[in-house]
Amino acid sequence: MSEHVEDVTPEATLAGEELAPREAMLALEHLTTHYGPVQALNDVSLAVGQGEIVTLIGANGAGKTTLLMSICGDPRPTSGRVWFEGEEITGTPTARVMRGGLSVVPEGRRIFTGMTVEENLAMGGYYQSKEENERSIEHVLGLFPRLKERFQQRGGTMSGGEQQMLAIGRALMSRPRLLLLDEPSLGLAPIVIGQIFEIVEQLREQGTTIFLVEQNAHRALSIADRGYVLEHGRVVLADSGKALLANDDVRRAYLGG
Amino acid sequence: MPKLAKQTLNTAGTSPAETIPPQPSYRRPWWSALAAAVLTLVLGGSVLGVQLESTGITTTVRLMGMDTWGWLLAAALAVFLHQLVRPQIEEWRARTRKPSRFSVPDVMSGQKRQLWIMLAIGALLIFPFLSNRSAVDLATLTLIYIMLGLGLNVVVGLAGLLDLGYVGFYAVGAYTYALLNSYLGFSFWEALPIAGLMTALFGYLLGFPVLRLRGDYLAIVTLGFGEIIRILLNNWTELTGGPNGIARIPKPTLFNLEFSRRADEGNIAFHEFFGIDYDPALKVIYLYLLALILVLITLFVIYRLLRMPIGRAWEALREDDIACRSLGMNPTGIKLSAFTIGASFAGFAGAFFAARQGFISPESFTFIESAIILAIVVLGGMGSQLGVILAAIAMTLLPELAREFNEYRMLLFGLMMVLMMVWRPQGLVPLKRPQMELDRG
Repeated sequence: MSEHVEDVTPEATLAGEELAPREAMLALEHLTTHYGPVQALNDVSLAVGQGEIVTLIGANGAGKTTLLMSICGDPRPTSGRVWFEGEEITGTPTARVMRGGLSVVPEGRRIFTGMTVEENLAMGGYYQSKEENERSIEHVLGLFPRLKERFQQRGGTMSGGEQQMLAIGRALMSRPRLLLLDEPSLGLAPIVIGQIFEIVEQLREQGTTIFLVEQNAHRALSIADRGYVLEHGRVVLADSGKALLANDDVRRAYLGG
Repeated sequence: MPKLAKQTLNTAGTSPAETIPPQPSYRRPWWSALAAAVLTLVLGGSVLGVQLESTGITTTVRLMGMDTWGWLLAAALAVFLHQLVRPQIEEWRARTRKPSRFSVPDVMSGQKRQLWIMLAIGALLIFPFLSNRSAVDLATLTLIYIMLGLGLNVVVGLAGLLDLGYVGFYAVGAYTYALLNSYLGFSFWEALPIAGLMTALFGYLLGFPVLRLRGDYLAIVTLGFGEIIRILLNNWTELTGGPNGIARIPKPTLFNLEFSRRADEGNIAFHEFFGIDYDPALKVIYLYLLALILVLITLFVIYRLLRMPIGRAWEALREDDIACRSLGMNPTGIKLSAFTIGASFAGFAGAFFAARQGFISPESFTFIESAIILAIVVLGGMGSQLGVILAAIAMTLLPELAREFNEYRMLLFGLMMVLMMVWRPQGLVPLKRPQMELDRG
């Protein structure tokens, strides 16, 4: 651990308790991101503790995806810091970040439609040895028996829910300790959304920390330990999932009254 | 449905029994037919009917003979009649067209496939001994194009990087051997791996700055690269001999046995060694077999690469760049590997080309070569190895077969391209993965 960790305390204040960067699995400190002259994130600080499900809700264009991608290093934040497991990853090349115990399921699934389920999964463990890759595939198929049935089918021919499972499974191939999910419910039927959220909870039980970005605020907050509300690139609220569900402002803005 | 029947009766004025789907109108397209015929006559007449003759410094226009004009009139008449009856033909075709059936892709079993491959290789090995010299020579040329097509296929078909300057790498390979030989006395076999490495290095150096570009921009930069190489070779007269090229490049040897009538100093000629009469055909056959081996090696290497993670990463990158990055892959590195590997095959092909021709000049490496190789890849079906082979055969054999048509060769070429794009835009043998696979277990 480098020494400067000691003197920096990210101001991730939530419900009265403070989470120091060493304890937090992921911590953002005063993160600001620009797309050219346009400011997308404004002084965002938040923290995700080991074993938590933390959700980030917000309207279209609030900067949710930008925040997630800033963690991955693409786009690079203009100022502020990102800590992962006590190490600063700000400015680290995306490829290296993604290989260091953190994994992202990008918005809109982005599976390889022309490739089979097997090949899609294999790409998720691109840097693993052959044996390791096979073990990871076994592990993922254990989590998603549905993918086993579709093993030789091409990604593009599967249903939306199955594709989302494949996207999550592919991200899990690198055995991440922290999984970043960008709107897994996008374009899915309510019953399928239910299944996906069950899977997310199941993953947490198995020890994966989850950072979930969602527009479907109700679902996300009901499974989350804690939540943040993002508006115009700023965190405007931070509380436990339950408290946010009950919060009047949140109800009015995101839960339909 | 009495109501509906009544309505039909009211509007169309026919009895319900006669309600049939509306028929296409049979108005004869006199005018369009006439226009087409006149156009045919004018265009055909100006191309075929007249001839320009230069006498001294003046050019005179001479009309062609009666029979040419007779044919032209016949052609115009044929166009006229065809335009006249076209609606009927189309209607007849629409009526007789059978509903398309589902086509199930052939899945050959591994053993059967192997047998076919063995048979094909066997036939290709025997072919030069049963055929005449010019056919073998043509086959060798085809093999060079197959190799180039396979190499470019890695870059364009698999990694999805449009490279319009592929001929530049071909030139680098050819000149590497030619220069190494004329300055340092390297033999073909010594220069071949160096040519491959040199081209790979060029691919790497070019790829490094430009691979962040995509699509059209990449195409333009690579196009420029191809031209730069050619112009450099043309102007660096002290080293490359400029437009005069490099001559007397030795042919490949077989374990130091030469295939010439009289061997150079220190070498032995093949026919002397075996105590047979000198036969120039042997040299041609040897070159053919060498090209065949190079192509087989290329095929095998690419086949293996495709089944390795890197091959799949090329495909993944072509499909979705962002997804690849989210998985921790480095897109630039992967693109660079495709670019470098693709280039090195052009290097091998170039070295062989130089050895076969015995003479190279920048003229052999113009943009049209790049275009032909790209056409081979597109024609064959992007990414498909078998498709590339078939397309390379078509692209080199057809111009030869159509030699009698001489000046119409490019016309036929264009026609073929247009027809391809209309009927099989996905290429001859598109890259297709079997949708159903038997358990290999």
